Amino acid sequence: MTYDVPVAPGESADIEESTQLNADAWPMWEVFVRARRGISHVHIGSLHAPDDVTALENARDVYTRRGEGVSVWVVPSTEVSAFEPDAAAEYVEANDKVYRLATHYDIPEEVGQM
Amino acid sequence: MTPEEHFQAIVDAEDKIEPTDWMPEGYRKTLIRQIAQHAHSEVIGMQPESNWITRAPSLHRKAILIAKVQDEAGHGLYLYSAAETLGVNRDEMQELLHQGKHKYSSIFNYPSLSWADMGTIGWLVDGAAITNQVMLTRCSYGPYARAMVRICKEESFHQRQGYELLITLCQGSAEQKALAQDSLNRWWWPSLMMFGPHDSESPHTQQSMAWKIKRVTNDDLRQQFVDMTVPQAEYLGLDIPDPEIQWNPERGHYDFGEIDWDEFWRVVKGNGPMNRERVAHKVKAWESGAWVREAATAHAKKNKRARTAA
Repeated sequence: MTYDVPVAPGESADIEESTQLNADAWPMWEVFVRARRGISHVHIGSLHAPDDVTALENARDVYTRRGEGVSVWVVPSTEVSAFEPDAAAEYVEANDKVYRLATHYDIPEEVGQM
Repeated sequence: MTPEEHFQAIVDAEDKIEPTDWMPEGYRKTLIRQIAQHAHSEVIGMQPESNWITRAPSLHRKAILIAKVQDEAGHGLYLYSAAETLGVNRDEMQELLHQGKHKYSSIFNYPSLSWADMGTIGWLVDGAAITNQVMLTRCSYGPYARAMVRICKEESFHQRQGYELLITLCQGSAEQKALAQDSLNRWWWPSLMMFGPHDSESPHTQQSMAWKIKRVTNDDLRQQFVDMTVPQAEYLGLDIPDPEIQWNPERGHYDFGEIDWDEFWRVVKGNGPMNRERVAHKVKAWESGAWVREAATAHAKKNKRARTAA
């Protein structure tokens, strides 16, 4: 099935979109779920809710209907800080420093597993 | 390398595009259109099924149907979130749906007239959806592809419960089997229409394929669906309402008849059996829920004030 509903003859292909922010709209929360004991919480998605309690309840209903998690965190999306996309490369990528990698070093075979 | 070339290189390498990456305006617009329509389809898709919740024949079937309708709501939420990563506002998307400016899959503009439809919708409508959505898990836009992985896992439950419901009906009384046959007669063609116009009539397919938003063409997906479904209908002992259905050993596929494209376009343009009712019901649900949203907002504000004061 295609969810791209075809454009009927005589209709415009453009659909309306707006980025206008509604002041009364509920804030967005990022949802992190720990799938089972022993592993970290992992980002699973986001949702809207008026406050943290409702956000947690909604996160449980939306993201863990089939035992996907044993623990849920919600964080206001506005509280997440990130590098600007252009700056990210500069800070995050340091692949030129090959001497940081274990595979950079040749260890003679007779030394055995290291 | 221009930003456009860099973008295409990521796509060609089967890597994913993420929200903060540069992307062509056309790519962004195509995705917003498709994800919003997909989200709206999940939400409107709750209506034909919730119609039967109160009349489910057993508590077991009722619990299944409620769980399925709840999943559809969840799918809508995953998808609205994916659309929002492209910079659109969620309330605005709702508003545009209510005004009839955003569309949703035409399949939900057909009525669910009998209990057997709860089986057929799961088997055929969700079956068709899976065919499409499995392709979309490999879509180049990360948030959309990730939402699809979650959705596909859940759709499998939807399809299997529907088919099992039909097995039960088809092994029941003659009346029950007739109910199933009538349901298949009504849903077969609309299900094939879900895959959209012929490739030759689908001008945007090529661009969507180059961007890897779409990975398989409408006609190929439709053929895949027919090949999968015909043996399943045979198992049920039901007749597909198409005299031209026949195995073609040369092609290695089933041949099938031509869709009524006049009906197809009529429904797309808003004149299907249920178009007006579906949107009117959605608006009514949104408006009758207003007091809940307002109360929750007021409660959150009050609590915040109390916490700040403490």
